[in-house]
Amino acid sequence: MKSITKQKSFNEVMQQLHDFSRIFIAGCGTCTTLTRTGGIEEVAAMKEQLQSQGKLVTGSVVIPVACDDITAALAQENNSSIQSSQAILVMSCALGVHRMSQNVINKPVFPALDTLFIGMDDGQGLFHEVCAQCGQCVLGEMAGVCPITACHKGLLNGPCGGTNNGKCEVDKERDCAWTLIYNRLKDQNRLDTMRKYQPPKNYQVLPRPRAIKVL
Amino acid sequence: MPSKFKLLLDSGKFIMTSEIGPPKGTNIEKMHHHIDILKDKVDAINVTDHQSSVMRFPSIGGCLAIEERGGEPILQMTCRDRNRLALQAELLFAYVRGVRNVLCLTGDAVPVGDHKEAKGVFDLDSVQLLRAIQTMESGKDLGGNDLDGNVEFCAGAIVTPEANPIEPQLIKFEKKIEAGAEFFQTQAVYDLDKFTRFMQFARRFPVKVLAGIVLLSSAKMAKYMTENVPGIFVPQHLIDELANAPKGTALNKGIEIAGRMVATLKKEAICDGVHIMAIGKEEVVPDILTAAGI
Repeated sequence: MKSITKQKSFNEVMQQLHDFSRIFIAGCGTCTTLTRTGGIEEVAAMKEQLQSQGKLVTGSVVIPVACDDITAALAQENNSSIQSSQAILVMSCALGVHRMSQNVINKPVFPALDTLFIGMDDGQGLFHEVCAQCGQCVLGEMAGVCPITACHKGLLNGPCGGTNNGKCEVDKERDCAWTLIYNRLKDQNRLDTMRKYQPPKNYQVLPRPRAIKVL
Repeated sequence: MPSKFKLLLDSGKFIMTSEIGPPKGTNIEKMHHHIDILKDKVDAINVTDHQSSVMRFPSIGGCLAIEERGGEPILQMTCRDRNRLALQAELLFAYVRGVRNVLCLTGDAVPVGDHKEAKGVFDLDSVQLLRAIQTMESGKDLGGNDLDGNVEFCAGAIVTPEANPIEPQLIKFEKKIEAGAEFFQTQAVYDLDKFTRFMQFARRFPVKVLAGIVLLSSAKMAKYMTENVPGIFVPQHLIDELANAPKGTALNKGIEIAGRMVATLKKEAICDGVHIMAIGKEEVVPDILTAAGI
């Protein structure tokens, strides 16, 4: 499971940091290193860019796993550079931004990235959203293709009229989820599963804000 | 009491429906004009629901105008813009105001329209919306609560007989029938041999099928639809026929082609009726019927 991010435009980063001249930068050694949005190289590049715009970078760190509680220890370790900054720019997914905000409560924390989806990679640098964390998994009945994420409309009872030669009306390059589901169920000799009525989803399986205590 | 349209469906008569698209804005004169042209020529008039995800005057507003002007409306309802509360509420309102025919659709995707950043809702899908109508007709809402006052609708759905692959469409077609669809209006059909094969399948079910006839206004438009509109395939001989029409007469040729198709479908009793979509050229629908000898 990877948290897939993209960098905000540098203009947007600068707008967020408009009122601050002394910046501390934190990246992440896990997902954003993999997606090349917030690893060692990207943090160094951001540092250079900010400096070229007249900002003073008081320090930087690439936290091995920014969403983990290791962030607390590294925030402590870098406390003097953090405290001499006016703002912290985090180059991890939103989970790392949260972690940093929890640990450094006296400084504003800004995201340098937009978090897009939880993805799975194909080993060739292509990341797909495969789970929307809906709380009601139907993968068993859909032959392993999730209609919530793979179908643009999240349809549960079959294809819409926009399906075209196995592709989606939104993007001719994208497969129609329901053609995939149909083909797989047919190969498994399970087309009766597709005939079964799927009732409306329960969007309150765990009402927002979601939280669960396991220990 | 069954709707006028439902009684006509059950009468065995060859049914003719058409549709109008409400305006983008408050100038409803043209819509009224189209209603007045169509109301006595066809058995019922659909009103599209933000067709192609383009924001417009609402479908229910168009249906009320049809009611007021003495026509029989079919309320098109997509699942794109409303959650289950809003859909049920609109059905209650429609019923009270005499709108008794509902066509349940998924709805086009948001990014194909003119509000590309909007949130697509799709809380229900078209099959679930049909079931919602069944549930409401049983006196309950989707939350399981009693309704104070009954509803009764003639519920319809759509099918794309030329979709590729066709099998998933046919499975969904059956699911829609099980969910209470009493009639189908199809995506545009041009290849009557293929459509006849679809009807051999559809005839096994107790539903009425109205073949979708989209007016071809030029060879260019026919080619565009074939290349860009999912589930629409205009055979080359029809494109050639339009292209070979003398300059300035392509629309007349399109009217002739549509009329010919309607006449064949009726004469050979291939299906139960037709749904004519003139897409902005509603004023020529009577000419199509004349060309069909109706």
